[in-house]
Amino acid sequence: MLTNISNVLRACAQRNGAAAVVSARTYADFTNEATFEIKKCDTFKLDEGPATQVVLTRDEGLQYYRTMQTMRRMELKADQLYKQKIIRGFCHLYDGQEACAVGIEAAINLSDHLITAYRAHGYTYTRGGTVKEIMAELTGRRGGIAKGKGGSMHMYCKHFYGGNGIVGAQVPLGAGVALACKYQGNNELCVCLYGDGAANQGQIFETYNMAALWKLPVIFICENNRYGMGTSVERAAASTDYFKRGEFIPGLRVDGMDVLCVREASKFAADHCRSGKGPILMELQTYRYHGHSMSDPGVSYRTREEIQEVRSKSDPISMLKDRMLSNNMASVEELKEIDVEVRKEIEDAAQFATTDPEPPLEDLCNHIFHNNPPLEVRGTNPWSKLKSVS
Amino acid sequence: MAASLRCFLRSGKKAVSALGQREFHKSAPVAAQVTVRDALNQAMDEELERDERVFLMGEEVAQYDGAYKVSRGLWKKYGDKRIIDTPISEMGFAGIAVGAAMAGLRPICEFMTFNFSMQAIDQVINSAAKTCYMSAGLQAVPIVFRGPNGASAGVAAQHSQCFAAWYAHCPGLKVVSPWNSEDAKGLLKSAIRDDNPVVFLENELLYGVPFEMSEEAQSKDFTIPIGKAKVERAGTHVTLVSHSRYVGYCLDAAAVLTKEGIECEVINLRTIRPMDVESIEASLMKTNHLVTVEGGWPQFGVGAEICARIMEGNDRLTASGRRLSSRRGC
Repeated sequence: MLTNISNVLRACAQRNGAAAVVSARTYADFTNEATFEIKKCDTFKLDEGPATQVVLTRDEGLQYYRTMQTMRRMELKADQLYKQKIIRGFCHLYDGQEACAVGIEAAINLSDHLITAYRAHGYTYTRGGTVKEIMAELTGRRGGIAKGKGGSMHMYCKHFYGGNGIVGAQVPLGAGVALACKYQGNNELCVCLYGDGAANQGQIFETYNMAALWKLPVIFICENNRYGMGTSVERAAASTDYFKRGEFIPGLRVDGMDVLCVREASKFAADHCRSGKGPILMELQTYRYHGHSMSDPGVSYRTREEIQEVRSKSDPISMLKDRMLSNNMASVEELKEIDVEVRKEIEDAAQFATTDPEPPLEDLCNHIFHNNPPLEVRGTNPWSKLKSVS
Repeated sequence: MAASLRCFLRSGKKAVSALGQREFHKSAPVAAQVTVRDALNQAMDEELERDERVFLMGEEVAQYDGAYKVSRGLWKKYGDKRIIDTPISEMGFAGIAVGAAMAGLRPICEFMTFNFSMQAIDQVINSAAKTCYMSAGLQAVPIVFRGPNGASAGVAAQHSQCFAAWYAHCPGLKVVSPWNSEDAKGLLKSAIRDDNPVVFLENELLYGVPFEMSEEAQSKDFTIPIGKAKVERAGTHVTLVSHSRYVGYCLDAAAVLTKEGIECEVINLRTIRPMDVESIEASLMKTNHLVTVEGGWPQFGVGAEICARIMEGNDRLTASGRRLSSRRGC
């Protein structure tokens, strides 16, 4: 029936001519929601999996589109600034993986908790950071989300625990956050992310054991982008079924390029946790277009053809765009308008990030301790005394 | 002098237990003999009662009453939620404790000995110590890592390492090393109330040693500030600086040397980081002679740091230091 309506509308539009189409079209002409068939998840130790028929509303679709596009543009801008040497140090870009961050956030609340590794710019955004703050942190300025002291890998905001540099260390931390949720009885959960490379870290298995033993409300999520730095999953893991590696923890393998798949699976996982059943593990099959970091061209261990194929067949933003357009949930112009707005937001943020001053020298020794009286800190030589305030 | 000090290493325990005798009064509470173990137990009990965000986790802390019985009775009183037995997974449970601290709780993470903390040292340094700085103060980590440190009796090399120097090297951590029962109780309470990661180095051989605890020290609000050393014995000829069990050795040595007319000033560091250098400098202005005494290895150790600071510091000081420590490997 929805298809019929959209066909009729299109037919009307064509009769009036192209110019009239633009002015005559109001947002009331769009379909408010549509049902989509999504890929079934592989399950492990689960009797049932997430739904395969999902409803997407127009508002949701536009919001996901805008968020993913913002993340994409932000990462590409960071690439540009890095090549101009305005961003230095480490910079691990998330483009290609947008559906993961957006899908997860769509299934949880801001009052829930999330922790990830170093490929964290996208999550900083979905958890509440602004593009301005994120970019200024990348350029190390005082307007940055961590006042310029954390950089790419150490961004924090409410209920978002970074941004963690040591591979795998964030997983026990995430379980600890979940322990605090259970301890405080607040019905919140913790989403704890790691990559396919980190999945072989011993401390993750220690964490699986304790999380399952104590039934902690934690969703372990393995973002499998097929490469841990330059090592493909086949060369790193004896078992590449990352969703089964939790052994006694139920698991799901999800198409991480489809924002609706990720959302449904995350909703399923969140319900599982909140019902007191303990932890659950999700493997999101995704892909990064950039190399491991800005110092990696990303083509010595994989082919350009592979990257191109994923970009053309599975790009998360294109997939959502096609879905919305073919179901008359938005117009090309409307989406273009969003693109323009996003581009402007990124440009403004980049401008800010480039011109904002660096943190003052006095800030160098601050924040060593929290809630502490000021103390004297030795500088680079015995006569150099610096002050540290909390 | 080194020989004298070495002679009295052996008599340490006898001298200490000779101090103070129980007196019974009908009216006001008095100083009592309390072992370090009981002092630590009291500190944890009082802080668990005072703040429901405080909890204890580690191997054997609950049903076993603590590997060294330091947490005796706490599980019976507070239950599974607040006294948590962990599997043997130091890196995992230390990380879980740090995560819980990040999310608003106040964990006490026990390492059965600090030798096992090496398994988890990444969580202590990179996740706990550095986070407040990297987040520009946004993310606090109010956690205490505690357990026995350093030499014990015949437990061999893998179980005898002193970690004071390793942890005290790192900014963002506070490192505390109590000697007697008052130190143990007051400093542990301060550590638990501190909003920063504190490494609390106990000593297994001190657990069973009774010390006199003043009436004030027995109260529920008794705390000792972190970062302040204590002059245990005033003197004029030489300054002995030490921490943990070896403070007792210094006092014994001082008792012997006084008969030869040498008055030692004994400083109990109490906190290794931040170190109270001012107290040491003030003492050296009097004595001009320094000996540091520690249980750890000498190279790059606590004594090495004290000597370096004295050498670099106050130009009026002409003291030079000597270090006493456990044997250097090579």
